[in-house]
Amino acid sequence: MNVGLLYSRIRRDEKLLLSELRERGHEVTKIDVRKEQFDISEPPAILDDVDVVLDRCLATSRSLYATQFLDAYGIPVVNSAETADVCADKAKNSLALAKAGVPTPNTEVAFTTDSAMESIEKFGYPCVLKPVVGSWGRLMAKIDSPSAAEAILEHKATLGHYQHKVFYVQEFVEKPGRDIRVLAVDGEPVAAMTRSSEHWLTNAAKGAEATEFELDDRAKELVKQASDAVGGGLLGVDLMETGEDYTVHEVNHTVEFKALNDAVDVDVPAAVVDWLEAKVESDSQLAEAAV
Amino acid sequence: MADTITAEDPLTGEEIELPADVEVGEIVDSPATGAELEVVSVDPLVLEEAPELEEDWGE
Repeated sequence: MNVGLLYSRIRRDEKLLLSELRERGHEVTKIDVRKEQFDISEPPAILDDVDVVLDRCLATSRSLYATQFLDAYGIPVVNSAETADVCADKAKNSLALAKAGVPTPNTEVAFTTDSAMESIEKFGYPCVLKPVVGSWGRLMAKIDSPSAAEAILEHKATLGHYQHKVFYVQEFVEKPGRDIRVLAVDGEPVAAMTRSSEHWLTNAAKGAEATEFELDDRAKELVKQASDAVGGGLLGVDLMETGEDYTVHEVNHTVEFKALNDAVDVDVPAAVVDWLEAKVESDSQLAEAAV
Repeated sequence: MADTITAEDPLTGEEIELPADVEVGEIVDSPATGAELEVVSVDPLVLEEAPELEEDWGE
């Protein structure tokens, strides 16, 4: 197959995928999203021969638009525009999880500092304020007191991009110093790890320690439900342990896996390419059946 | 095939060694300054200072 890799930076994650694809004899078309123009009717020539496109754009805005154009051209893309749209925005992500009945932290969205302050007071201290767009744990605030809340809200209102004026307030979940990242393909877990840190943020990008984690049946069930809730695909599902159960706080659509690959025995890029091969095969059979 | 190839660090002008299998679009660290450099061509090997991370970047 010919796999289009849509990128703006080749990180170790993309390099692992490229190596795996080439080792299996697949063609790879690297598409630097910064250099292309996307016409509303005609796909760019670079997409002529690709069977599927892997969206590995770092910038959420590029990912959201590029996947919409690919969908419009009828070119299969991982992940789909719908999945990208839901996963790129924490408010949409939370809504989709709640609608699907997946346990997720209590969350409110408010549009002014006064109403955000009311949300914060309702949740009590500590609680969490997150930007609706963004990642790697950036600009997340654990709010310990009313004076801290006032200061953070004022800063966001004064200095922030308009998206920072959408105040996403969430309960603080007392997790056991770690959270769980599961890489899943259409809801089937490929591998899982815990990310441990003494800091309240346990993102791998923040230097949390990664350790392989064995999922129990309940976690597997929630991963499947969370994946279905956002439209499936190649996803990073984040869970926290709450004592008796789990809560799913986020599903990521352009998932990084280098830390996971280092932490587990599973060959993650190989499993991803296995899934991609099966997906392209099944899509082409469906297309043939439709003719 | 050589395991490494050399290129000029666009920030310091020094020669730096990179693995021979670098890809266009790959980000490498400048050994002297730690700055992120982007591989913009492999034949010949050309590096440029990588763009700054932007607010909406990341998974």
